[in-house]
Amino acid sequence: MTAADNKTQGSEIQYDMSKNEIKVAPNDGSYLLDGYELVCGLEVHVELATATKLFSASANRFGDDPNTHIDPVTLGLPGALPVLNRQAVELAMRIGLALNCSVQPSTFHRKNYFYPDMPKAYQISQYDQPINVNGWLELPGGKRIGVERAHLEEDTGKSTHIGGTGGRIHGSDYSLIDFNRAGVPLVEIVGRPDIASPEEARQYVTELRQILVAVGASDAKMEEGSMRCDANVSVRKPGSPLGIRCEIKNVNSVRSLGRAIEYEARRQIVLLETGEKIRQETRHWDETDGRTHTLRSKEDADDYRYFLEPDLVPLNPDRAWIDAVRAALPMLPRERRLRLSHATGAPADGEAIMVVVERGQDDYVMSVGEAGADVARALVHVKEAFAEQGANPTVPAGDLAQMIIMETGGKLTSTQAKTVLAEIVANGGGDAVAIAATKGFEAMDNSALEAIVDQVIAEQAEAWSKYCGGEQKAMGALVGAIMKASQGKADGKAVTALLLAKKG
Amino acid sequence: MVKVSRLARLDVTPDEVQRITKQMAGMLEHFADIDALDLSDIEPMTQPYPLSNVFREDVVVTGLDREEVLANAPAAEDGRFRVPPIVGLDG
Amino acid sequence: MTTPANIHSNIPTTAAAIADGVRSGALKAVDVLEAHLAQIAAREGDIHAFNLVTADEARAAAARVDADVAAGRDPGVLAGVPIALKDNMCTRGIPTTCSSKILEGWRPPYDATVVQRLAAAGAVAIGKTNLDEFAMGSSTENSAFGVTFNPRDTSRVSGGSSGGSAAAVAAGFSPISIGSDTGGSIRQPAALCGVVGVKPTYGTVSRYGLVAYASSLDQMGPFSIDVRDSALVLEAISGHDPMDSTSIPQAPLSLQHVLSQGVEGLRVGRITDMPSGADPDVTARLEAAFDALKAAGAKIVDVEMPSMKYALTAYYLIAPAEASSNLARYDGVRYGLRVNTTDTNAMYSATRTAGFGEEVKRRIMLGTYALSAGYYDAYYGKALKVRRLISDDFARAYTKADVLLTPTSPIVAFPVGEKSDDPLAMYLCDIYTIPTNLAGHPAMSVPFGTGAHGLPVGVQILAPTLGEQVMFKVAASLERSMIAAGGAK
Repeated sequence: MTAADNKTQGSEIQYDMSKNEIKVAPNDGSYLLDGYELVCGLEVHVELATATKLFSASANRFGDDPNTHIDPVTLGLPGALPVLNRQAVELAMRIGLALNCSVQPSTFHRKNYFYPDMPKAYQISQYDQPINVNGWLELPGGKRIGVERAHLEEDTGKSTHIGGTGGRIHGSDYSLIDFNRAGVPLVEIVGRPDIASPEEARQYVTELRQILVAVGASDAKMEEGSMRCDANVSVRKPGSPLGIRCEIKNVNSVRSLGRAIEYEARRQIVLLETGEKIRQETRHWDETDGRTHTLRSKEDADDYRYFLEPDLVPLNPDRAWIDAVRAALPMLPRERRLRLSHATGAPADGEAIMVVVERGQDDYVMSVGEAGADVARALVHVKEAFAEQGANPTVPAGDLAQMIIMETGGKLTSTQAKTVLAEIVANGGGDAVAIAATKGFEAMDNSALEAIVDQVIAEQAEAWSKYCGGEQKAMGALVGAIMKASQGKADGKAVTALLLAKKG
Repeated sequence: MVKVSRLARLDVTPDEVQRITKQMAGMLEHFADIDALDLSDIEPMTQPYPLSNVFREDVVVTGLDREEVLANAPAAEDGRFRVPPIVGLDG
Repeated sequence: MTTPANIHSNIPTTAAAIADGVRSGALKAVDVLEAHLAQIAAREGDIHAFNLVTADEARAAAARVDADVAAGRDPGVLAGVPIALKDNMCTRGIPTTCSSKILEGWRPPYDATVVQRLAAAGAVAIGKTNLDEFAMGSSTENSAFGVTFNPRDTSRVSGGSSGGSAAAVAAGFSPISIGSDTGGSIRQPAALCGVVGVKPTYGTVSRYGLVAYASSLDQMGPFSIDVRDSALVLEAISGHDPMDSTSIPQAPLSLQHVLSQGVEGLRVGRITDMPSGADPDVTARLEAAFDALKAAGAKIVDVEMPSMKYALTAYYLIAPAEASSNLARYDGVRYGLRVNTTDTNAMYSATRTAGFGEEVKRRIMLGTYALSAGYYDAYYGKALKVRRLISDDFARAYTKADVLLTPTSPIVAFPVGEKSDDPLAMYLCDIYTIPTNLAGHPAMSVPFGTGAHGLPVGVQILAPTLGEQVMFKVAASLERSMIAAGGAK
């Protein structure tokens, strides 16, 4: 280690997160000091939802007893040969096409390195000819993040470290290897360094996850490891050449991703501001202390000796296959948001639509609309009351529609509507009319309400004249009195409308 | 040569390094013939017989018996392969 | 000279005759087996063809064949034929070592496709034959378990790397054996031991379960006493295998019907610019082979193979490069040898250093170097382009000729130890066999008389991709001319 390295190490230790804490407002990049800008690209690995492994017929299943999904290929036994899983190719193509990539002729290479959970001591991966290239992903706000490639490769096994402290690799006594995951098909999606803030990174991963789930390629669960995200982070002054980048690994949730990028950017800025150099290296995100730590420097990275895998032949999907996969793609999250926005008038990247589409409840909202209810109200109610419901709510769309029709028809006040809906959701459905009746929410028709309004105007002549004279405060007193007289059954909006009408 | 032996995970003695280097130099000397060829327009040949799109359908076939496999392992514990402590975090 | 023909008094020597006898009920598979086991007991001590003789399993298999015949079930085209398997093909539950300490004691949990097909055809596997460690060598001296000696002269090598398989057939231990050929490893020992050896077109015989040396070059094939037996065995083991992505999707080869067809009008190519170096006794037999084919009605034509002289160098970059990757899996984690140390990295090095022999280490080092950053384009990348040149040479040659004829080996069997300290001299043994592997074409060696010291000389017939039928026609013609001349069959 050189003296310079020592200094860098030293400054890293001195750098104290608590003293350098910077308040970060969401989505505005204000955590960046002195006009630095963030340059970030994400590499996302997703496990494909196939029945079997990429190159062998063992089950691709998570959570079973160790080494129960093994075969000669999975274990790298002498003499075993890989044969490509057609469905894995199909799912990779779905991902590529959903990300606006070109699907092209591709090949497989061997990436040679030794590691106990890598059975053949090489990983079969796509190298200079990946199946999908040159696509993009559009963030909800419209910004496009480039996708350089999305290629097929095989997963490794899993090591468990025994002894030492808390299952960590350092200081363990020995390790145990389970090869159930070895050979599971992965697609690695390599994004271009177009991400300029932690918020964009979060949006990218959230959007990507929804796309992967939508096309049926993966369950894409970061917490379970079926979706893994590495971030390449560098900072620079605007207009300057790209800075030295560090790769951040071990980010296990969307929230951590943002935190890790934010921390790493700050760390790099502090280094630069104190006159230090940034070393190109791989860093490990530690969730518990909220920092990244040196894993290994790129200088002593292995020489992977890539060469064409001689046990496999080229992959060249024909036009008909690609077209069929493209034609069978389901509606993607972006289209779903636009559809809902069009139907409701709400903004496509507004909270209600974002939340409902992410939950997969937009088809449901549309069907409530088709049942005759106001779609915009349906959107609001589903967003508010269906958080626990998942993509296929138990409440029949017709039941919700009936409730909304009562609400918009003035038969339920918005407060009453919420009460009725809560009951419907709790029971997995229900007749809004009957529930309203048992709650005593009798319909108050306009003539009954008008009689009460006339009565209150007569009783509160002073307030009425002030209201007519333009004093808004007076309206509160009138409405309050009307609500009281109606024992809370009057709809606030209807009352206001009547008062306005009578004012003339 | 030391880098190569590290990549290949082979310990070679200084004697062996010398001998292998000499033998490899002999081989690479022959390579000078090839070096003289103009190969710029030649497509590399990687497969003797041109096939493409060879697939397997995505159907599970019962794999190997764990106990039979672990019986062949140098060390096993708890249904898994046991190895000495892993150094480095690569992978 | 001992020839297989005078070994078993009442048991036929060829697979075809044994299978006919067993299928008709005239012979018992168990008797056939015992005669061969007796021959092994008599001579194996001098020859060491086997790493393991599986007598018990063989007796059970032979009994099953006899039971099939007795019950009127079809026992298969190789019913009761004893077969020796090179010890680099996986046999379930039976140790498969590749003649390496690193795999000593390993019992594969699965059978190679070829092993399955042989068993399905009624063949009786009698054991695992010795080889140069991981099939790297040309003399079967690089075995962790000792040298295999040539049955024709036990002071000499049997050739390699499939020396044990060649010796097993030459010594009458089995009428058929299976070998693998990456740069000549079937044909060269066949020539040195005086038997027939065939390397079919790459992709014709499944590699599933063959422990890989160099994946784009490896191909399995038979050894036999005569040409018909090799045809018979190839018909049984060839054909598409969905477990091997490089397996050509086609029906099994159909060969036996062409053997009697003759060579009238066939064009037999003589390579005019072939790298020299064959001994005169060997060259004389090649000339005799040209004469015999001419006499049988073939036309001899001249062809040029200007890139053939680069084949050896290209091979010794491509094969080690693939091998360095193929042999990386021997890391002491899942099977085979482990040398225990303090951490995994040290374990890898200690295990591999202790488990591999010198020639294997040399090729792993060479291959690792050829693929490493900064050298790939200069070495491996160029070798792949040379491979294309050689393939193009063949393509041009086969517009003029139907087959090509060369010596199989430049020399007859050499004394044990003569070349073991000189890798380059050893590599030159494969100078005539390697180009075919690079091109992926079929080639076979047929015994064609004797050279120096009365030792067998093999002539090599080369044919274009999937040209096995024309190749076998020529082989059968050469065999007929030898018999007509009074030579030993």
